[in-house]
Amino acid sequence: MDMGSISPELLLASLMVAATPILLAALGELVVERAGVLNLGVEGMMITGAICGFAVAVNSGSPAIGFVAAAGGGAVLALLFALLTQVALANQVASGLALTLFGLGLSSLLGQGYVGIKPPPVAKLDIPLLGDIPFLGRVLFSHDLMVYLGLALVGLIWWVLKYSRAGLILRAVGENHDAAHALGYKVVRIRVMAILFGGACAGLGGAYISLIRVPQWTEGMTAGAGWIALALVVFASWKAGRVLLGAWLFGGVTVLQLNLQAAGFAIPVEYLSMSPYLITILVLVIMAGDKSRAPASLGRIFHASQ
Amino acid sequence: MTTPLLSISGLTKAYPGVVANDAVSFDIMEGEVHALLGENGAGKSTLVKMIYGLVKPDSGAMALHGAPYAPPDPHAARKAGVAMVFQHFSLFEAMSVAENVALGMEEPPRLRDLATRIKDVSETYGLPLDPGRIVGDLSAGERQRVEIIRCLLQDPRLLIMDEPTSVLTPQEVEILFQTLRKLSAEGVAILYISHKLEEIRSLCDQATILRQGQNVGTCLPRETSAREMAEMMVGSSFAAPERASRAPGEVALEITGLSVASPSAFGTALKDIHLSVQAGEILGLGGVAGNGQDELLAALSGELPSDAGAIRLNGTPIGWLGPTARRELGLLAAPEERLGHAAAPDMSLTENAFLTGAQREGLTARGFIRWTAARAFARAIIERFDVRTPGPDVAARALSGGNLQKFVIGREVLQRPRVLVVNQPTWGVDAAAAAAIRQALLDLAANGAAILCISQDLDELMEISDRFGALNEGRLSEIRPAQGLSVEEIGLMMGGAHGMEVAHV
Amino acid sequence: MLKLEKRPQPSRLWTWVTPLLAVVITMLAGGALFAALGKDPVEAIATIFWQPLFGEFAFYYRPQLLIKGAPLILIAIGLSLGFRAGIWNIGAEGQYIVGALTGAGVGLAFYPTESVLIFPLMVLAGALGGWAWAMIPAVLKLRFGTNEILVSLMLVYVAEQLLAAMALGPMKNPEGMGFPGSRNLRQYESAHNAELITGTGMHWGVVAAFIAVIFAYVLLTRHSLGYHIRLTGQAPRAARFAGVRPARLVLVCLGTAGALAGLAGMFEVSGPAGQVSIDFNVGYGFTAIIVAFLGRLHPLGILLAGLLMALTYIGGEIAQSNMGLPAAAIQLFQGMLLFFLLAVDVLTNYRIRLARREVA
Repeated sequence: MDMGSISPELLLASLMVAATPILLAALGELVVERAGVLNLGVEGMMITGAICGFAVAVNSGSPAIGFVAAAGGGAVLALLFALLTQVALANQVASGLALTLFGLGLSSLLGQGYVGIKPPPVAKLDIPLLGDIPFLGRVLFSHDLMVYLGLALVGLIWWVLKYSRAGLILRAVGENHDAAHALGYKVVRIRVMAILFGGACAGLGGAYISLIRVPQWTEGMTAGAGWIALALVVFASWKAGRVLLGAWLFGGVTVLQLNLQAAGFAIPVEYLSMSPYLITILVLVIMAGDKSRAPASLGRIFHASQ
Repeated sequence: MTTPLLSISGLTKAYPGVVANDAVSFDIMEGEVHALLGENGAGKSTLVKMIYGLVKPDSGAMALHGAPYAPPDPHAARKAGVAMVFQHFSLFEAMSVAENVALGMEEPPRLRDLATRIKDVSETYGLPLDPGRIVGDLSAGERQRVEIIRCLLQDPRLLIMDEPTSVLTPQEVEILFQTLRKLSAEGVAILYISHKLEEIRSLCDQATILRQGQNVGTCLPRETSAREMAEMMVGSSFAAPERASRAPGEVALEITGLSVASPSAFGTALKDIHLSVQAGEILGLGGVAGNGQDELLAALSGELPSDAGAIRLNGTPIGWLGPTARRELGLLAAPEERLGHAAAPDMSLTENAFLTGAQREGLTARGFIRWTAARAFARAIIERFDVRTPGPDVAARALSGGNLQKFVIGREVLQRPRVLVVNQPTWGVDAAAAAAIRQALLDLAANGAAILCISQDLDELMEISDRFGALNEGRLSEIRPAQGLSVEEIGLMMGGAHGMEVAHV
Repeated sequence: MLKLEKRPQPSRLWTWVTPLLAVVITMLAGGALFAALGKDPVEAIATIFWQPLFGEFAFYYRPQLLIKGAPLILIAIGLSLGFRAGIWNIGAEGQYIVGALTGAGVGLAFYPTESVLIFPLMVLAGALGGWAWAMIPAVLKLRFGTNEILVSLMLVYVAEQLLAAMALGPMKNPEGMGFPGSRNLRQYESAHNAELITGTGMHWGVVAAFIAVIFAYVLLTRHSLGYHIRLTGQAPRAARFAGVRPARLVLVCLGTAGALAGLAGMFEVSGPAGQVSIDFNVGYGFTAIIVAFLGRLHPLGILLAGLLMALTYIGGEIAQSNMGLPAAAIQLFQGMLLFFLLAVDVLTNYRIRLARREVA
C-alpha cells in the first residue's frame, strides 16, 4: 500500500467531478420536493439520461447535443411520473419506484448496442490565468463546463426560491396545496413543471456519469447515485446551498475510497465500495432530527374536489 | 335607482347527487353589509366560490357594476375588486406574514415595501400585525388579520367573509365589526357568511337565506327576530334539547398539573391544566381554535402520554396509559376531525365500529376479530342514533358530515362510558343532527356519566354545560358555573381581545 | 374535457378489474415495443404467455413457474404488509441476499457433516439473517426517525458488496480451482433444498410461499393485528386513536418482510441457484414490489401476480433464445406493468366523467 500516491490536489479536483452528477440530480429533486412532490424515480431518470446522452453524443459526435438529449430523456420519463401522480392521482412512492424499475429496463434496452464504445471527449475549459494558479487552479478552474453549470444552478435555485415570485409560488404550492388552489394558483400545472425540471436535471446528472465521469456505457452504471441524491435533499434540509456541501461530502467519500482501492489499501475492495452507501445511512441518521424544513404538503395527493 | 355593485341571477351549480345552488339570485349594493345565511350544507360556500372564481356555475349570470362578470379564476376576481377572507385553507404556516400577503395579491410590491404597507394598513384598521412573523406561530385571530389585511391592501369593492367570527372571542368580534362598519362607510360592500343570527342582526343591512341550495327569502335583519330567521334557515322547528336537573356525583375525572408538549410543529403545548369532572355533570370548555383543544383531547384519549398522576380516573392514575387501556377503564373520547381521526374514511362502518369498540364490546377473541359481533354493534349504532345510511358495509366517507358525526358520537355513547371527552361534537353538522347529538350527551350525563365537552360554539356550551371554562394558549381559565355567565365574562375567560385594538375611525 | 370525480367509496369491481386491465394494456404496449424491435408482436406475446404453459416443452417450463414464483410470492407477501401500513421497505433485495448468505453460511460451516438438523438450522439462519438486515432500517427509523425507504435501499448496495466479498473471500470453494463462488449446496445432501416431488418444481420454498399466503390472508381478514396494519396505512391518526402503537407495527412489518425475504434467499441458494456467487441475486426483491402492487397487496392477488410474473420471466427467456428478444425488453415489460397498474388504479377510487361545457 502506498498512501503517498494520493495527491490532495488531484483528490480535490476529482471530488468536484465526482460530486457533479449527484449535485445536478439532487438540485432537480430539491425543486420537485419544494413543490410538494416526492419523486423517488431519480435513479430511473438518471440512468435514462445516461443512455440517452451517451447514445446521442456517440451518434452526433457532439457531447453538447448529448447533454441536451439527456435532459430531454430525463424529462420525458419524469412526464410519465407527472401523468401518474398529478393526473391519475397515483401514490407517489409507488410511482417513483415504478419509474426507477422502468428506467432501468428502458436504459438497458436502449443501451444494447453501446457497450464498450468510447463517447466523444468533452473538452475541459482551460481558464487562462485562473487555471494557472498553483493548487487552486487545478482544483477549481480546470474542469468541464458541466461542473460550472452545476455550481451556477445552485446559485440560481437558491435565488429563485428565496427572492423571486415564481419561487414564492412554488414554495406555496409545496407548503399548502389547498390554500394555493384557493388563491387561484394552478397547483397541478406548477407541479408538473417542477417534475419536468427535476427529470431534466437528473438526466443531465446521469449523462455526466456516462459521458465524462466514467466515460462509457454499462448497464446500471448509476449504481444508486439517484438514491444518494434523494438522501442529499433530506441532508440539505431542502436548501440549495447545503445540497452543494452534501454533494462535495459524498464526492469526497467516493473519490477517497477509489483512491484507497487504487493504493491497495489492506482491506477487500468490496468493503471500500460499500462506504458511500454506509456514509449515506450515517448522514441520514445524523440529519433525521431536523425535519422542520420539509414542505408540509410533501407527498400528499392533491385533487381539487370542487 | 342605483346599479347594484354585484347582481346575481339564477346561479346554478350541481355536483353528482346534489344541487349545491339552484337558481340563486340577489343583489348587493355598494357599501352594504349583506348576510348570507344558511345551515351547514345549504350551499353558501359554493355560492361564494363562484363569485370568487374558484368554481364555475352551470348556468346563471353575474354582473359587477352592471357589466357582465364571470371570473375564470381568483386572479380575475381580485383584479375586478372582489376579495375573500377564507374560513380555512388559505394561509401558509411555514411562511412569513408578508409572504402570505404577497401570495394573495396580483401585483405585490417588493417584500420590503410590502412590509411597510402592511404596517400602515394594520394600524389604520386596528389590526396590529408584524409582517416578519411566521404565520404558524400566530393565534387564530391573528391569522385572520393576515387574511383581512391581504384583502384590504388591494382596495376591494366587495369583501367576502366566510364565517369570520368562529375563530374570535366576543371582544375580538366586536372589534372586527367596527372594522367592517368602517369599511362599509368607505363604500366597500361586504358579503358576510354566517349561521349566527344575533351577529347578523347587529351587523348586517340585508340578509339572503339559503336552504338546500335555494334562495328561500330575504329580510332586513334588524327588523326580523332571530327566531323567524332560524325558521327560514332550517325550514322546520325541532325540539330543543331537554335538560333534566341532576345531582352531580363523585369526581370521575381529575386532571392536576397537566403539562405536555404538542406533537405537531405549530401546535400548542398544554400548560399546568387543573380540572375535575363529576359523574352526571357536563363541563364545557370554550376557547378559540388552536389554543390546545386537540392536545387536551389527545392527552385524555391516551394518544399523548403524560405523567401518570396528572390524569386520574375515579382516583386511578392513568396518565401513562395508552388509548386501549383507558377505554377498558371507561374513559372514551371523540375527536374533532371525523374523517381520518375519529374514523377511517375508506373503511366500512363495521370496521369503524370496531375501531374503538373492540375492547368494551368484546369484539375480539384471542386477537381474532368477531366480525358478526362488530357488524351487530355497527347496526346498533345506526339504529339507535338514526344514522342515515344503506347499511354497515358502507364506507365512512360516503356518509354526510352530520350522519358520520352521529355515528362517531353514538359509537362512544353506546359503550357506556364513565367519562366521555368530546371535541367539537357538532362542528359542521346540520341543525337537526346537532340537536340530536346534544340530546345524546345530556341523556348520557343524566345516566351518571361525566362529560367533558370541548367546543368553539359558545351557544352550544351554554346550552348543555353545568360549568364552563376556557382554553387560551394552552392554559385553562378559572372554571365557573355556566348559568348566569355574561358574554363579556366568557370573552374575558377566553383571553379578551388578544391585544387587538379598536379601529381608529 | 375529462374530469375525475371521487367515488363515495372504493369500487369493489374495479379493485379486481384494474390488474387485469393493466395486464391487457401492458400486452398491447409490450407488443408495440416488440414490433418496434423488429419482432412479430403476436408471436412474442404468445411465446411469453403461452409457450411456458401449453407449448411443446411445457413439461419442462411448468415446474419453473413454481421455482421462479415462490421467491417472488414469499417476498411480496412480506412487503405487502408494510406497504399496507405505509411502511416502505424497498430493500427486500438486500434482505434476500443476506438471508442467502447466513443460510448458506450455516450449511457451509457444517460441511461435510451429514445430519437432518442442518437444513432446519439453515432455514432458521436464513430467516434470521433477512430479519436482522431489515431491523437496521426499522431501528434507525424508530430511534432516529430516518426514512426507511432510503436506508433499506442503501442496504441493498451494501448487501451486494457483501455478497461479492463472501463469494470471493470467506465462502469461496476451497476446491473451486480459484473460481469465485461457494461449494455447490446441491451436492451436499443435508443442505440441499431438493425437489420434494420430482418433476413438479415443488421445493420447501414453494411450501413456505403457500403457507405465507394463507397466514397473511388470515392475518389481514380475521386478526386485529392485520386490522391495525390496514388502519395505520389508511388513516394513521385514527390508528393512534384506536390504540395502535406505530413503533410495534414498524418492527412487525419490516421484520416479517425481512424474514420472508431472507427465507426466499436461503431456499434459492440451497436449491435452484445452488451456490453463493457474485451474480446470485437477479432482482427478485425489486420485481416483488411489482408483484405486491399487481396483487393489490392482497395475499391471493399476490399469489396470482407472482405466478404471472414468473411466467414473464420464463416466457422472456424462451423469447430470448427463440426469437432473440433482448432480456432488457422483458425487464422493461415488467416495469410497464407496474406503470399501467398505477395509472388505471385511479378508476378504483375515481370515476371519469365528461365535464359539461363550461358556461364561463
